[in-house]
This record gives sequence, structure tokens and C-alpha cells, in this order.
Amino acid sequence: MKKYTKTHEWIEVNGDEAKVGITSHAAEELGDITFVEPPPKTTDMIVGDKVGVIESVKAASDIYAPASGTVIAVNKKLEDDPGLINRSPEDEGWIFKINNIDLEEIDKLMSKQEYDKLLASKDKK
Amino acid sequence: MSNLKRTVLYGKHAELGAKFVSFSGWEMPVNYSAGIIAEHLYTRQHVTLFDICHMGEFRLKGPDAERALDYIVARSVKDQTVGSCRYNFLLNEKGGVLDDIIIYKISFDEFFIVVNAGTKDRDFEWIMKNLNGDLDFTDESDFTAKLDLQGPESRDVLIKLGFSFADLPAYYRFIEVKLAGMDILLSRTGYTGELGYEIYANNSYAEHLWNTITSDKRVMPAGLGARDTLRLEMAYPLYGHELNTDTTPIEAGFGRLIDLKSNRKFIGKEALQNLKPQKKLIGIELEGKRAAREGAELFYDNKKIGYITSGSYSPSLGKAIALAYISADFPIKKGEKFEIFLKKIDFRGCFSEIPFYKNATAKIK
Repeated sequence: MKKYTKTHEWIEVNGDEAKVGITSHAAEELGDITFVEPPPKTTDMIVGDKVGVIESVKAASDIYAPASGTVIAVNKKLEDDPGLINRSPEDEGWIFKINNIDLEEIDKLMSKQEYDKLLASKDKK
Repeated sequence: MSNLKRTVLYGKHAELGAKFVSFSGWEMPVNYSAGIIAEHLYTRQHVTLFDICHMGEFRLKGPDAERALDYIVARSVKDQTVGSCRYNFLLNEKGGVLDDIIIYKISFDEFFIVVNAGTKDRDFEWIMKNLNGDLDFTDESDFTAKLDLQGPESRDVLIKLGFSFADLPAYYRFIEVKLAGMDILLSRTGYTGELGYEIYANNSYAEHLWNTITSDKRVMPAGLGARDTLRLEMAYPLYGHELNTDTTPIEAGFGRLIDLKSNRKFIGKEALQNLKPQKKLIGIELEGKRAAREGAELFYDNKKIGYITSGSYSPSLGKAIALAYISADFPIKKGEKFEIFLKKIDFRGCFSEIPFYKNATAKIK
């Protein structure tokens, strides 16, 4: 199951854990990413918490927890190569992994189709 | 972005996949598909073309032009050579910077003045108000295009377009010539630190000029994002950030350019003679890649000593750099460490020599 947030994170559930990153759209909007500060391992988060920072040459942006859980891993590759998020935002450029997840909570987030619709409606404005 | 102006090359940029931002009332390309970092590095190593049509251009003509202008700008235009460009300042009576400008001396009675987009109208009114004599002063911005060709290979590109090495102007010189049948003004100037040229022409030539130059496959388009990181690495000021009406050119580090001892009178001179500089512009290297942005405060031994005016990741150096104002009397030693606070974030950095980037080619023979 892969879901999306209004704040442009994605979360992909695999068994009892989930991977989190920012969407292709967010990566494209930010431009060249130069710095990522993920939440440290063992951080407990509640959905909607500000849990990290992502910076590009021109802008800084917060990362919000798409779901509640506990951080069990961060993507170490991003330390030396934050541009990996631009090259592969929804795969190799994942930012952190959590467990202690609540599937019902995640299920309420947007599907890919709903997220794309949200982006399309923003474009029109 | 419906109220924003667009340059005549807007369609070209859209075609090239540019991302647009609002800048000084204009909708301008911030970067193309390559991205800011790639465009920045390509400018340092090869050659890029920037659409700078948003900037303003004025022309002052008439028998009294030299005398009248000499009173309005901080650096004399009388001892400026015909055929040269000079970096200059418009100051208010208090010595504060109204704008930083480039003056092209076309002849003793004709000057071409290039100003920032955001201050253009204020500059025009200010100059008009302070001029006197037999003069013709016009704002040519609406029909003047400006393209910047920047990078160590820029000269090779122009040579391939038909110029000889000897034809091309030396650093801070300009020529009025034809390029592919178009009348242009070509100056050896720029805002990147690299060997480069700024090209002015009538708007009707802009697209043909862009196409002619980019038909050389070495030339990559670059946006305002790269222009900003390139100038920051050189510690060049950007109006509205390092320069404003509360800042004198002396505080911004240009004291050596301004002669306060001669008999020449100019607006703001008296204030500069009597004012003690309150602050000085310095360079900072941050620990790490995270940038301290404009407005972040600088602390030394828990005491606030200044604030950041521009900050970004530096593509050439691979770390974050910033320009900041600190108290004029604060002693700085290169490499000395301090803390920077921005809201809840704290950084560490150290004083750095400027320019940050030391291999720039702008002045090569």
C-alpha cells in the first residue's frame, strides 16, 4: 500500500513497517536538493508532526510525518548525495522508515489517483 | 503570476522547460531542465546564456551630460574613459545606496546607464529630478533586451560567430557592433565572476540573438537561480540584500572605489565624509551543507554581532556560504568560529575570505 499526503510526502507500507519520502512533484518543485535532515532513529512521531527538513539551493521545506510510528532507519545515502531525491524521489530517494504503524490511519491518506487530482486542481489556480 | 511582466524571450524559456519565479515584478526563469547546480557548474567550466531583459537601461545625452551625471553618481564619470564601463552607485543625501549601476561612457555627451529591475522607476525619477542642463534623458528599458553570455568559453563562442580576438572588448570595456546583422552593444562585464559578456540590443532582435548564440551547442541556458549562487560565491552584492538605502557603499566594502578627498561634489558625499560606518560586510563558511538564509542572526560569545543578508549552498565549494553584516568595530579573524541562529535552528560557521570562489576567469587576458 502506497499513500500520499497534502504536504507532499509518500508512505509505502511493507508488512509492519513503512518507508517515507517526498513525492516526485515536491522534488521537482524544490529543485536541486542540497541537504536533508531526517528524524533520528528511535524518534516517535505522531501524524502531522514536523519531523525533518529538506533544503534545495533556493528553498527550505519541512517534512511532516505522514503517519504515526517510530523511526527504525534513515537513508544514509542522502548524507553525501541528497540529489538522490531528485533522481529517484519515490524509490531510492526514500528518507526514513518507521514501524509501530497504524494501518487504518495510513489507509485514510490519499491514493495516487487522489493525489494526482489534487495536483491537477492546484495547476488550474 | 498574472500581474508579472514577461520578457520577450518568455516563450523560448517555456519551450526549454524553464521553471519560473517572480523576481522584481517579472516572471523569470529560475532554472531550466538541467537545474541550478548543473547550470552553475557549467558556467564556471564552460559557457551559459542568461536572459537579463528585466534589468533597466537609461540613456543620457546632451552637451551637459558629463557634468550633470557627475553630480548624481558616487564615482566620477569625468575621469572615465570613453568606451569603458564603470560600476557606480546612486546615493541619497544620507549616503544610502538607492541603486548599484553600471555606466557605459559612449562619448563625452552620451551615457548608457544599466540599473536593477526592482529600482528602475525610482532611479529614473531620482536622476531626472537631479539633472540640470541641456539634456535628453530617456528610459529605454521597454525596448532594450539584455543577454549575458558567461563562462570561460564565452570568448570562443563569440569568435565562432565572427569576432576576432582583437575585436572583442577588454575587461570592463564595450563596443557597438553588428552580430549576424543585428546592432548590439557588447561589453566584457557580468555578474558571475567568469570571463563573460553582456549583450544589449533592441527587443526585436532578442529571439534571433538568443537563437544565434545557442546554435553553438556549447552554450547552455541558465536561470536566475544559478546567477544568484554564482554572484554569491564571488561575494558580489545584490540590491535589496547587501545594498539598500540604510547601507553606504563604504559599509558594503566599496570604500576604495569612492574618492571623498577630491573637490568633486556629488549627492551623498557629505554624509559619507561625516558618517562613521556602522557595519561591515563579511563572508561566512558554514559547517555543513545546510544554508543560513537571509535574516538569520549571528552570535559570538552569546552576543548578537550581525545578520545574514544572503545565504545558499555553494555548488563550487560543496558547502553553505553566506554574506553578513556585522558591527563595524568587531574584529574578525579568518577561520574564527561562531554560532548563527534562525528561529529554532542553530548553525555553526566561521569567517571566510571573500570572494569565496577564487578561480574565476572574469579578468583573464
